[in-house]
Amino acid sequence: MAEEQLLLSGDSPWSGGVSPFGVKWNKLMMWMFIITDALIFAGLLASYGFARLASDRWPDPAEIFHLSFLALMTFILISSSATMASAVGAARECHWTAATRFVLLTILGGLAFLGCQAYEWASLIGEGARLSSNPWGVVPFGSYFFVLTGFHGTHVLSGVVVLAITAFRSATGRSSADGIEVAGLYWHFVDLVWVFIFTLFYLI
Amino acid sequence: MAVASSAGVHHEPKSFMRRYIFSQDHKIIGIQYFLTSAVMGVVAGLLAMLIRLHLAWPEAKWPFLAKLFPLGMEDGLMKPEFYLSLVTMHGTLMVFFVISLALIGGFGNYLIPLQVGARDMAFPFLNMLSYWTIVPGCLIMLASFFVEGGAAASGWTAYPPLSAVEHAIPGSGMGQTLWLLGMALFIASFTMGGLNYVATILNLRTHGLSMMRLPSFIWTMLIASIVGLLAFPPLTAAAVLLLFDRHGGTSFFLPSGLFFGKQVLEHAGGTPLLWQHLFWFLGHPEVYVLVLPALGITLEILPTFTRKPIFGYRMTVYSLCAIAILGMIVWGHHMYVSGMSPYVGEFFAIGTLSITLPSAIIGFNMLASLWGGSLRFSTPMLFALGTISLFGTGGLGGIFLGNATSDIQLHDTYYVVGHFHFMIGGVTLFAIFGGLYYWFPKMFGRMMNEGLGRVHFWLSLVSFYGLFLTMHFLGFGGMPRRYFEFSKFNFLAPIRDLNVLVSVFAFVMGATQIIFLCNFFWSIFRGAKAERNPWKAAALEWTAPSPPPHGNWGDQLPQVHRWPYDYSLPGAHEDYVGQTVTPGEAKFSA
Repeated sequence: MAEEQLLLSGDSPWSGGVSPFGVKWNKLMMWMFIITDALIFAGLLASYGFARLASDRWPDPAEIFHLSFLALMTFILISSSATMASAVGAARECHWTAATRFVLLTILGGLAFLGCQAYEWASLIGEGARLSSNPWGVVPFGSYFFVLTGFHGTHVLSGVVVLAITAFRSATGRSSADGIEVAGLYWHFVDLVWVFIFTLFYLI
Repeated sequence: MAVASSAGVHHEPKSFMRRYIFSQDHKIIGIQYFLTSAVMGVVAGLLAMLIRLHLAWPEAKWPFLAKLFPLGMEDGLMKPEFYLSLVTMHGTLMVFFVISLALIGGFGNYLIPLQVGARDMAFPFLNMLSYWTIVPGCLIMLASFFVEGGAAASGWTAYPPLSAVEHAIPGSGMGQTLWLLGMALFIASFTMGGLNYVATILNLRTHGLSMMRLPSFIWTMLIASIVGLLAFPPLTAAAVLLLFDRHGGTSFFLPSGLFFGKQVLEHAGGTPLLWQHLFWFLGHPEVYVLVLPALGITLEILPTFTRKPIFGYRMTVYSLCAIAILGMIVWGHHMYVSGMSPYVGEFFAIGTLSITLPSAIIGFNMLASLWGGSLRFSTPMLFALGTISLFGTGGLGGIFLGNATSDIQLHDTYYVVGHFHFMIGGVTLFAIFGGLYYWFPKMFGRMMNEGLGRVHFWLSLVSFYGLFLTMHFLGFGGMPRRYFEFSKFNFLAPIRDLNVLVSVFAFVMGATQIIFLCNFFWSIFRGAKAERNPWKAAALEWTAPSPPPHGNWGDQLPQVHRWPYDYSLPGAHEDYVGQTVTPGEAKFSA
């Protein structure tokens, strides 16, 4: 439905009839959605900060989590961002088989990350951590752990679904480089959020 | 001159379902939003009538109401928990499901593509999805009256612990959960709509329609959408946390030592203040999300009925931006009595009072737009003038609430109730009515009845002032809001009976809206036929047929050569020059 042209003539990009940022509406919309979604995480992380500062003590994350395992998880997720970028690059050059393969590799990275997260949840639940209580005696610690990582994990899962659709479309020749790029934007965003959660919840 | 478009004319869907129910046409979706808003408005208005009935005569029995509400009004006497549900749901429905739906969903969808010269929204399917997300939201909100314990009763602000502890009061049960789900659907719907609006306004403006030629209404919609997209997500986060507090056993908003039902609750480690911050981070910008488009509608109506360009267009645009930025950082002025540090309070107070500057600039620009014009007092103009009046009165009252020193006295009194009804109940409502009278011919190809419109306006204005200005004085007298009854407080004895007067005005106000509804629906089918441009307005939407066809513009998109406010140009043939008229043509013809 959208009838728009990218900036070609010598007009000002804001004078109408062209996209002022030189992007199509779907990419513009994805950027705005990412800002919106980032603010949900900002709300959750700010709440977590509020609770942590208000608490008179807080468990040492290094004693509870296996940071080397978490480093592996982070490495997997960031590598999947790299494969995603390669997929966009391949699609730009119309190498659709390569693009599909790189998207599939990205999905694999996402699934591996989710598997690690499931393992981490299972071991913590095995130690007695629950939403409402935990063995380390600071109630918000467990609550925020499950809500923050759970909310992020849900985002990874929905990203995997989006990428699966993208891979299918790419394999059947119905995709465009722009479509893959827009899906990739979301994926990079999900990875970036993890960096914040990793730093703010696990490291400090 | 027009520009050839690549997509050409769109084929109109023929089946009834695709055309009127699951339509992707922005005009149908806009009208769907209006009708939904009207239904919710009738419900929310009737809730207000019940509230006023009780407050005026707290001891009277109403047997016919006992039949309608066997639990809430047993023996015809209102129960306190039912009263709290009424107050909560009246506020929630009016703010999110009536005013937002009409202003953002209704006018936004209908007017944005027409005023920017596009065929539809950027992503029509998402637009349809946005409407069909709000419908279950409305149904869930309405259904919450019929679950055990009744609808949510913790106020439209849903402060914990009332909203977080399931057995606190009857309304804290299932009703509160449904309230949260309904709000989640509303936020999802608003996000989809907002993304569409911003993308459409930025990317789909037609040739020649630069940002500084945009109609004021489009500017306000752009800014309101951006503000909404930034302000709603933290409330989403808060709603997620509150749902976990209610059903997952967490204590995000619940401190230790809470005492309910003769026992200490097990919760520990949270704070209800966190909810207040997250809620008002949305709640205050939401005021501007609603008020700015209302001002935009007024700024569209004024030039048409004064036959002169609006005054200070650029300053208005800059002021709108300033309001949006300042509005995002002043949420704390709703929480002066929460025990915040006086230094933090000072920050919020200075921020809030600085908003009066851009607001006053817009207000004076609207007044100056009237100066020297040839005023025509048609119904849309009357409502536009009413909006300016309410904006001035309400804004003046708000200064005392923005300042911590006076707010601490007035907090949670009827002064606050009166004030916010002026702003998000009056400015918005009068602008919605003005906009509907103004664009009705475009929407349905018929005119609304002028005589009934004038009666509707004058009765609404007088009863509105009688109703909400009186509330300001009740607040000065110390009457607290949300209280079930006041007969036990001696200090209120001198002013208590004013509640009868307030209620009478409320009933007049409510009954007056019946005139509007009759006029609206009668005119859709029986109103006088409207031509393409019945008000002789210069803006782009009036160059499309009334009602515009699917795809709006025929074969070619319009080309814009000027801003939408070229009235009474020297040398022009007529006293208005449409946006599509080239500079050469304007000299010789219209």
